[in-house]
Amino acid sequence: MADLTTDFLGIKSPNPFWLASAPPTDKEYNVRRAFDAGWGGVVWKTLGSEGPPVVNVNGPRYGAIYGADRRLLGLNNIELITDRPLAVNLDEITRVKKDYPDRAMIVSIMVPCEEQAWKDILPRVMDTGADGIELNFGCPHGMSERGMGAAVGQVPEYIQMVTEWCKQYYDRPVIVKLTPNITDVRYPARAANAGGADAVSLINTISSITSVNLDSMSPEPMIDGKGSHGGYCGPAVKPIAMNMVAEIARDAETRGLPISGIGGVTTWRDAAEFIALGCGTVQVCTAAMTYGFKIIDEMTAGLSQWMDEKGHKSIADFQGMAVPNVTDWQYLNLNYVTKARIDQEACIQCGRCYAACEDTSHQAISMSPDRVFEVIDEECVACNLCVDVCPVESCITMEELAPGTVDPRTGRVVEADYANWTTHPNNPGAQAAE
Amino acid sequence: MSDVSPHTPGIHAGRLTNEELTENFSDLHPAYANHEAAVAADRCYFCHDAPCITACPTDIDIPLFIRQISTGMEAAAAKTIFDQNILGGMCARVCPTETLCEQACVREMAEGKPVEIGRLQRHATDTLMAAGVHPYARATATGKRVAVVGAGPAGLACAHRLAMKGHDVVIHEARPKPGGLNEYGIATYKTVGDFAAAEVDWLLQIGGIAIEYDSALGSAVTLDALRESNDAVFLGVGLGETNTLDFAEKTGVDDAVDFIEALRQADSFAEHPVGRQVVVIGGGMTAVDAAVQSKLLGAEHVTLAYRGPRARMKASDFEVDLAAQKGVRILTEASPVGVEGNGSLTGVAFEHATSGERFVIAADQCLMAIGQKLNGQALPALENGKIKVDDAGVTSLPGVWAGGDCASGGDDLTVTAVAEGRDAAEAMHKVLMA
Repeated sequence: MADLTTDFLGIKSPNPFWLASAPPTDKEYNVRRAFDAGWGGVVWKTLGSEGPPVVNVNGPRYGAIYGADRRLLGLNNIELITDRPLAVNLDEITRVKKDYPDRAMIVSIMVPCEEQAWKDILPRVMDTGADGIELNFGCPHGMSERGMGAAVGQVPEYIQMVTEWCKQYYDRPVIVKLTPNITDVRYPARAANAGGADAVSLINTISSITSVNLDSMSPEPMIDGKGSHGGYCGPAVKPIAMNMVAEIARDAETRGLPISGIGGVTTWRDAAEFIALGCGTVQVCTAAMTYGFKIIDEMTAGLSQWMDEKGHKSIADFQGMAVPNVTDWQYLNLNYVTKARIDQEACIQCGRCYAACEDTSHQAISMSPDRVFEVIDEECVACNLCVDVCPVESCITMEELAPGTVDPRTGRVVEADYANWTTHPNNPGAQAAE
Repeated sequence: MSDVSPHTPGIHAGRLTNEELTENFSDLHPAYANHEAAVAADRCYFCHDAPCITACPTDIDIPLFIRQISTGMEAAAAKTIFDQNILGGMCARVCPTETLCEQACVREMAEGKPVEIGRLQRHATDTLMAAGVHPYARATATGKRVAVVGAGPAGLACAHRLAMKGHDVVIHEARPKPGGLNEYGIATYKTVGDFAAAEVDWLLQIGGIAIEYDSALGSAVTLDALRESNDAVFLGVGLGETNTLDFAEKTGVDDAVDFIEALRQADSFAEHPVGRQVVVIGGGMTAVDAAVQSKLLGAEHVTLAYRGPRARMKASDFEVDLAAQKGVRILTEASPVGVEGNGSLTGVAFEHATSGERFVIAADQCLMAIGQKLNGQALPALENGKIKVDDAGVTSLPGVWAGGDCASGGDDLTVTAVAEGRDAAEAMHKVLMA
């Protein structure tokens, strides 16, 4: 049996699945249910400064987009940080951590960008016995209009400054949660690193309008005829999140900085992918909000089984294994030549590959009167579109041309040696091979 | 409470309670709820040059109408269907889709579970018809007059297309109601709620079509007179006469077509008599409809006896399976050789087609469903007992077209009759406007 226990910044949890700072972690009641269900840790929903709590809208907070059978693919929200008094939250955190000492308890914090505000709250969080804090520099809606959340996360200098304050006034791990609403995630990550962050977590939600109501002509979720952008999350954002995680994992300045991966983690496989890209834990929200806490059973069982099948004894065994394979386009091997291959036994003759290739690509698939679809090697650039649109898994695959064979499209012999754009004769900046 | 039960010998009404009868004669394929339809629609792959379209005698753009359903545009989906098949509502109910569009569906090949095209078609057409919308208007009046003989599927499709083109149409119908086999010849559970009549009412909303009832060709009107007083004539008279076996007269030996018709026209199922032991002779849809409905009315034993092997039965696999599922015994290679009984029927004698063995099946009712034939004189030239037509429905007589079951070359399906009526109308229009 694979060992799922996780040591992230010295914080132990029975599995790498944490609940992200979000509605599911706003109250003692929910968090106890989560721990009873088997979640490895929680990041308590973001606390604000002492004083009257923020207020939320009194109409819909969430909007959604759906796939087939109303499967929820993307969720957006306009909920703010916790709207309950600070003292209530701190008391509850204390109690829950005491009762569940083996689970990770991280407290998310968002207070104004002033040293005193952080100086005030950090000792009180320390007193709860929580294992660490997560700085919410990511919330894209509401709080950002007040100079917090994403408004901080979009200015690397602020990130560094606040991180430094936290490291100064708090003696447990500090995780900086990053916003994806920036042009290059490496800059805020580098700033967090420079400020002394123990880890980064990402991504927070993406600014979004999920849909427009064509009757009322208002964005959803709609409040009295108006809408405001919300934060987008769920399965739809996973590819964006994974790219940002990989960028940080392979950046020279931030390589090795622990990462807690967030963004559309719905199944064990999603988690394994984030971990392969360097994450030490993953955080889940939308999947739990869609299906309830019980999904943890599939996640832990699935991850465990896959690790057993692959011979990974612990999370650390495969953590970051995919990072060396993430590279820049210019280093991709241009001598790697493949051709699409259609398995005629598996083909159900829907013709989607043909339509896609004929209408939108390279006219590299032929169609016979009796609906046999075949690849024309002379035209196939191996773009993979046919593979992607084929409804039958593994019906169309990419076959590598062996070195020494001739690519019928280019008429050139496939070279065995690796060669990329940096040395390609068409590249004006190419360096002649020495 | 009636003292008649399924076990009561003889031919009686009221073998089952009203509740049982209502349940038995409910919709064979109930309508989809909206979400069900969305899920079913989502299974369509939107195939290139889709095989289902080719398999449809009326060439409905099936992937398009299904995609329109999936985007919430049922009315547009219905228009896509009606453009090709103005009786798309009935065809959705009675088409043997398992041997047409759904057999060709690539998901049938892939998983043995085709997209449920028939039910989706019903969802679209029902939605538009329930809204009371008739989406077609007549072109500018041409001043041409066309006589259509027969208000069955072929005649109605022909009349509608002609009216749409601006011609004035008078339909001469031998019966007191329109619809042809849709009204008189199809099992009740396939077209509940008096759908056939509602569909004709809806179709006639186009305008420009008058129907003269009790206006049979050969008695009330003659083909010569119709040719004289109209610019063109379309014959869609169907097959008005049933084949019979040369058996002794016995009470209890009935025509299956009459049995089905009487049941369709009955005010109440409870008043419709049926035998305790029913033998249906035949292997087509009519035989199945009669056998299944006998069972549904409460007959204790129903046997469907066909003289040839299973493979030669004209009823589709679905129909035969349905009969078996309802408790009908299917007997093949049983050639009927006589009836027994002293005045009233007591049994039907058979000879096994290969062994020659003779046997008698006890029966108090025998329903003959051994085919229909063309009835009438002074018709255009015949071929194999049907009116000889070319692909455009042209007969041997100038200005006379024909289509549907009465015309050569068809397959006795509603959907084929619709296609022939429609195509003849297009051909007639060309000639009329030349």
